Amino acid sequence: MSNRIDVKKTYKLYINGAFPRTESGRTYEVKNAKGVFVANPCLASRKDLRDAVVAARAAHPGWNKATAYNRGQILYRIAEMLEGRRGQFVEEIVNVTGATKAKADKEVTESIDRLVWYAGWTDKIASLAGSTNPVAGPFYNFTIPESIGVVGAIAPESPSLLGLIDSIAPIITSGNTVVVLASTKAPLSAMTFAEVLATSDLPAGVINILTGKKDEIAPWMASHMDIDALDISGLPAKKHSDIKIAGAENLKRIHSFKSSDPGRIIAFMEAKTVWHPIGL
Amino acid sequence: MTFEYAPAPESRAIVTIKQKYGHFIGGKFVAGGKHFPTINPATEELLSHIALGGKADVDAAVKAARKAYTSTWSKMSGKDRGKYLYRIARILQERAREFAVIETLDNGKPIRESRDTDIPLAAAHFFYHAGWADKLEYAGLGTTPKPLGVAGQIIPWNFPLLMLAWKVAPALAAGNTVVLKPAESTPLTALLFAEVCQQAELPAGVVNIVTGDGSTGALIVNHPGIDKIAFTGSTEVGKIIARAVASTNKSVTLELGGKAANIVFDDAPIDETVEGIVNGIFFNQGHVCCAGSRLLLQENVAEEVLHKLKNRMQKIRVGDPMDKNTDVGAINSKEQLKKIIELAAVGDSEGAERWSPECVLPSKGFWFAPTIFTGVTQAHRIAREEIFGPVLSVLTFRTPAEAIEKANNTPFGLSAGIWSEKGSRTLWASQQLRAGVIWANTFNKFDPTSPFGGYKESGWGREGGRHGLAAYLKGVSHE
Repeated sequence: MSNRIDVKKTYKLYINGAFPRTESGRTYEVKNAKGVFVANPCLASRKDLRDAVVAARAAHPGWNKATAYNRGQILYRIAEMLEGRRGQFVEEIVNVTGATKAKADKEVTESIDRLVWYAGWTDKIASLAGSTNPVAGPFYNFTIPESIGVVGAIAPESPSLLGLIDSIAPIITSGNTVVVLASTKAPLSAMTFAEVLATSDLPAGVINILTGKKDEIAPWMASHMDIDALDISGLPAKKHSDIKIAGAENLKRIHSFKSSDPGRIIAFMEAKTVWHPIGL
Repeated sequence: MTFEYAPAPESRAIVTIKQKYGHFIGGKFVAGGKHFPTINPATEELLSHIALGGKADVDAAVKAARKAYTSTWSKMSGKDRGKYLYRIARILQERAREFAVIETLDNGKPIRESRDTDIPLAAAHFFYHAGWADKLEYAGLGTTPKPLGVAGQIIPWNFPLLMLAWKVAPALAAGNTVVLKPAESTPLTALLFAEVCQQAELPAGVVNIVTGDGSTGALIVNHPGIDKIAFTGSTEVGKIIARAVASTNKSVTLELGGKAANIVFDDAPIDETVEGIVNGIFFNQGHVCCAGSRLLLQENVAEEVLHKLKNRMQKIRVGDPMDKNTDVGAINSKEQLKKIIELAAVGDSEGAERWSPECVLPSKGFWFAPTIFTGVTQAHRIAREEIFGPVLSVLTFRTPAEAIEKANNTPFGLSAGIWSEKGSRTLWASQQLRAGVIWANTFNKFDPTSPFGGYKESGWGREGGRHGLAAYLKGVSHE
């Protein structure tokens, strides 16, 4: 047993439902808590980001149009797939971050439960965030929240798996598609999570995951004219200002969060008000 | 058959305009330093001299607003705040005629519109928000909603009092105090509103009004003592504001430009549609951010609609805004007129075909005849840029999918119109359109209960309804 040469995994990006290497050919070294080499994940480039945005934009109409029930089932399916592979995630987190098994186990459990929580929100959020409006005239008037479009997200450095899920789940719940940059130091569980996504009936392009450097990718996300909104929770506060300045070019909605609550879903929705006359 | 109309001028005897105005700070009018003129754009008559707010004025206003916030307004019960707002609503109704006349004199809009739309809606906004003041915890925006503090509010010249109401009413209901700057060319109704605050015995400093130009606005945006910026105006300035506040904790709402598609499907009720097209683009001289400025006609009805539209446009009465029969008044300023003339000339040079009904325009003042351009394509600048005047660009489409694609092909996303008798098609189109307000078989309708605001580069946040309230409360992540 101990003599066996194990088969190591090549960690690649997750774009449009496929696992391409970075077009830049660059990688960086990830070491574990003891300083031992673990893997060479991709160091994503601006071009990889742009490819991911193209995939996310193309996936948006379909995902946005999917019924809330369907989106809920797919989010729940992701939770099912993660549950089935929890051992692998626990092992990977322990190996890369040096966390205790108990702590890693807790993170994976919370990740699964968080997905189930968001799965239940898909078909409820519109009831909470929408309204019918009693206007002073013969009109039926209602306001419905709907997805914004393509959202860019910078996941926090840690916890690397739960943080990633807290970034992407509220974004896709309402029908947005997302391009997320995973934790730089601990990107492996994000890329393993992509394998979960790939087997969860999630349409290609709805979630796209990059690994690399925040300082390199975040400014390109901010200035990209086909990204509608950003979650920059994973960036240190002192970097927020530059991102907001660059994001003003197309008036991106830019948010950061400290906790998971329904407001996190609503932040990436737009309220649409419809007027229609009432009459014979 | 042609109808002759006798002149039906509204009397201006009801209003007194002072020769000179200061700022309204801490419940009192205070003298300004430099002044600039405000004129009647329909006659170029000088109406008054308006104070140009500088740093000291903005500082004083923010200080007064902070003091009122800390010592009075944030401590007052919602019930009592609401009572002040109800008082304001009632006084606006009582003095509605006065407000309408001043609005029309200063802005150039027809008295019929200021009397029937601007002023009643402004009063309705205060009445609606008055009722929220003691019910904030039930608004579904968190169990302990808190005001933000001092709000800096900068409003445009197209609906001067109404935009004031959209800004001030929710801010006060939520417990904030405000520093408001009316537009340079239309400050008079805001200054009259200051008198209403006095009559309502609103505590000093809750509402402060500093007049001035863009430089005064910039002082408000950049003031460190302000917690929230609410701006209505151009997308260009909106982006400047977004950058200016990027390194601060100020929250921001922006209501910016638009280039709304007004889509006519072949099953539309044509006569109603023609009325809706006219209302969509010629209401308020087309000085409307949500104006239906891109008409998209399904090819098989395009000819019929255009024929009827031109017939209808022959009947539009352009002229003296104080005449109760006037449909289209004066362009608000010389600068705006210049911009409209320039963009219309671009329409000519890019090959679109211009048409206007015959109408005699007054010799003094700023005027532009209702105009349509046909043969417009998506590449034309008059199909992409906001003209903010009575100029309609007409495009055609074959299939509903093409209509949606053309409608959404813009960086803006404020509003859109749909004309069809088929309910399922209307709902389908309203789902597909990327815009914050969709009018189906109607256009340019507004109500305080109904959230208004844009997607994409048309802005951040909503005004009106429960959604608009969120923009003035702390800890609500959907602004």
